[in-house]
Amino acid sequence: MSDYTRTHLQQLEAEAIYVLREVAAQFERSVLLFSGGKDSILLVHLARRAFWPAASSFALLHIDTGHNFPETLSFRDHLAEQMGLQLLVRTVQDSIDRGRVAEERGPTASRNALQTVTLLDALVELRIDAAIGGARRDEEKARAKERFFSHRDRFGQWDPKNQRPELWNLYNGRKASGEHFRVFPLSNWTELDIWLYVQAREIELPSLYFAHRRDVFRRDGALLAVSPYLPLLPGEAAENRLIRFRTIGDMTCTGAVESSAATVAEVIAELVASRVTERGTRADDRRSETAMEDRKRQGYF
Amino acid sequence: MAGDLLRFTTAGSVDDGKSTLIGRLLLDCRAILEDQLAAIERASQNRGDPYLDLALLTDGLRAEREQGITIDVAYRYFATPRRKFIIADTPGHIQYTRNMVTGASTADLAIILIDARNGVATQSKRHGFIASLLGIPHVTVAVNKMDLVDHRQAVFEAIVAEYRAFASKLAVPDLTFIPVSALHGDNVVEKSQRMPWYDGPTLLHHLEHIHIGAGRNLVDFRFPVQMAVRGHPDFRGYAGQIISGTIMPGEEVIVLPSGQTSRVREITTCGGALAEAAAGDSVILRLADELDISRGDMIARRHNLPLVADRLECTLCWMSEEPLRLGATYIVQHTTRQARGQITGLNYRIDVDTLHREPADTLRLNEIGRATLTMSQSLCCDPYALNRATGGFILIDPATNGTVAAGMIRRAAQNGGVAIQPPRPHSSDVAWEGAAITRARREARNGHAAAVLWFTGLSGSGKSTIARLLEQRLFALGAQTFRLDGDNVRHGLNGDLGFSPADRQENIRRVAEVAKLAFEHGAVVLCTFISPFRRDRDFARSLIPEERFVEIYVKCDVATCAARDPKGLYVRARRGEIPEFTGVSSPYEEPAAPEVIAETEAHSPEEIVEEILAWLHVRGILR
Repeated sequence: MSDYTRTHLQQLEAEAIYVLREVAAQFERSVLLFSGGKDSILLVHLARRAFWPAASSFALLHIDTGHNFPETLSFRDHLAEQMGLQLLVRTVQDSIDRGRVAEERGPTASRNALQTVTLLDALVELRIDAAIGGARRDEEKARAKERFFSHRDRFGQWDPKNQRPELWNLYNGRKASGEHFRVFPLSNWTELDIWLYVQAREIELPSLYFAHRRDVFRRDGALLAVSPYLPLLPGEAAENRLIRFRTIGDMTCTGAVESSAATVAEVIAELVASRVTERGTRADDRRSETAMEDRKRQGYF
Repeated sequence: MAGDLLRFTTAGSVDDGKSTLIGRLLLDCRAILEDQLAAIERASQNRGDPYLDLALLTDGLRAEREQGITIDVAYRYFATPRRKFIIADTPGHIQYTRNMVTGASTADLAIILIDARNGVATQSKRHGFIASLLGIPHVTVAVNKMDLVDHRQAVFEAIVAEYRAFASKLAVPDLTFIPVSALHGDNVVEKSQRMPWYDGPTLLHHLEHIHIGAGRNLVDFRFPVQMAVRGHPDFRGYAGQIISGTIMPGEEVIVLPSGQTSRVREITTCGGALAEAAAGDSVILRLADELDISRGDMIARRHNLPLVADRLECTLCWMSEEPLRLGATYIVQHTTRQARGQITGLNYRIDVDTLHREPADTLRLNEIGRATLTMSQSLCCDPYALNRATGGFILIDPATNGTVAAGMIRRAAQNGGVAIQPPRPHSSDVAWEGAAITRARREARNGHAAAVLWFTGLSGSGKSTIARLLEQRLFALGAQTFRLDGDNVRHGLNGDLGFSPADRQENIRRVAEVAKLAFEHGAVVLCTFISPFRRDRDFARSLIPEERFVEIYVKCDVATCAARDPKGLYVRARRGEIPEFTGVSSPYEEPAAPEVIAETEAHSPEEIVEEILAWLHVRGILR
């Protein structure tokens, strides 16, 4: 008799593919929000598997803060070309130039929060009815309350206290005109699942995720990369260390971890032994206890 | 990390120590990390709590943290070398039913917490009822706070006995009891030294070793089509996730509700074609034939069919502030299909605390009731007890687009397997003798719908052979049957008629009227007539309600019929002894759109009979 048991990774993959197909079937204009991070890279690969041998119909939408790691941008372009996907880029700089947002000032200034405006403007401009994101429930406590199909009102806002119950695998994507959905096919994945899948499917990731030497400095307990966007404050000193990144966002808010994990297998070994969550390195989440929820309510990723 | 996946839900309130229990599991399985622990410590201090409030792990929303309550289902993840776990943690107070139903809908196991000091409380019963309602195969009762009853076996045993007695009224296939102390970790991950009288597994050991397969249906192949996929000009496939059962290339399948049949040509995935796929797999099926299939259709095995019904008896859990409106139109979302539907009857409401049934004319938020759902089109479904994924549906309010109810199908409502037809206008036959015994009442007693199966085809094509076999099968199934055979009626009823086109027309007119009489008396009428002229067959069809007239074209090449020649008629016709013999000296007009084509050169009569039976099931004539 055949073996019908499925590993948890096989089940997570099948679930994500099912969700991606539901997006294609229930919505007319959907995009995949591409951040350059491992989760959105995984989504690109899952979308390819979901529709193969047909091509994925999701264009990639990248909200570029202008503060990205150069490695992120070159990887983004390489992936879009390799997969034959349409790449749409909207920049925070453009939103600033058009007066939609004002640059934050001061030493902890970040464009992280400004992205929300650029993102919402892009969704309106492109008339997007579903934006697929790589967020996972295990990342953060507000995200633990997210739905697979998460409704956004006309202003792009999330109302976490009034969410539609999500039963079985029935995803209700009905909405009024002007509203849209955020869809999270990786809801049930953990950071370790992502890496195990990267290993199983031999998925290429940006070099930032693996140990390399870099000039970094310490601020508020985080190791930040030296870059033109983050001038050193008095008392801060750059030092060259062997590090890697567990998450990839802006250079201004993505902390590094000291690590010698240079391969996927070594990263997995490191994660299994790790005692700190991946977003522990993110300055943007440490602004307040409900920083993520507050940003999400306004329309953040 | 080749382990599998267990989804479980936790029911109970903060007072039962639920958060402490989850926190204990996560901490001891190293799924809470240092920065999370530090964040909770910080938050607990800010709130002035004297202890570490592990609820802050899962209560992520600002409102939850401010009010100290859990509002929404929170999902938590942890893994051991054996298994990955997804916890749907459902709040104990607010919106209790709605949240537990949501969390339970995907769970393989439910943990119900009982405070050892308080014994079996009303809410413990409520949790068990909802777990059984949602078809969770495993229920584990964690009798918590054993430390506060001095770890006494008698306290535990009394709770086990009381809860077992209660649960015997519910459908809970597997019920386990574990005495624990979440605060101190006894029997959660580590075996307790303080309860030597307990020789069962710890909670984690139980979660790690429970057989998940019990909740997985590997028998009934069901494949709701999510979308058609066209890769390149030659590639056409149907994407979906196999809900239940297994499938291999070459297997015969039927597409519902159309009833078209084909074979699986290939099970396509990005990683290559599969030799077999099973429940849970997201694949693309390619079929041997080009059929018209789209989102919402269901592919099943020909001999293992779901219910196809537009009226369903179901259990509803109401999830909206806006109460149920009887007769209002809702959108029914079921598998990949959406239909319009109304709740046309509400049998009763169930008091979730006492399990008493009470009369009701509406359902309000968090109320559960038994109802009848009537839809604009049929669903391909199974009773929820047999198949959770094809038995569950949601109702959506078209005005707000909100999900307002969860439904669990119990069975097709009476006459529910049959498309409801508006009464055909009658002019002359308004004064039926004995009209009080209606066809509907006869059908209800017979347990199947009335129908006319009209077999047409050349002499010798196999009409009578198939009809005889089919009638035997129908009779064995308990169906009321009535057979009208071309040769037989010409001995008596139509003995005065010849074979001219006019006489053939009168022949068919008379038998069609007789077929209608038998039909109105609730029978499945099998008519075997060459009936070569389309116009005559269309007349017969016109007497019977749509979808109850099944034209079966028994197709066979005239040369084959002549070779068979069971009655020696072709020989005589060729010799000119029989004038106007169909296929030799008189034309046969092929049916333009018969419901069934029976190719007797390619298939045995037995195969054809099976196909017709399957078709009758699909159309809801048999059930």
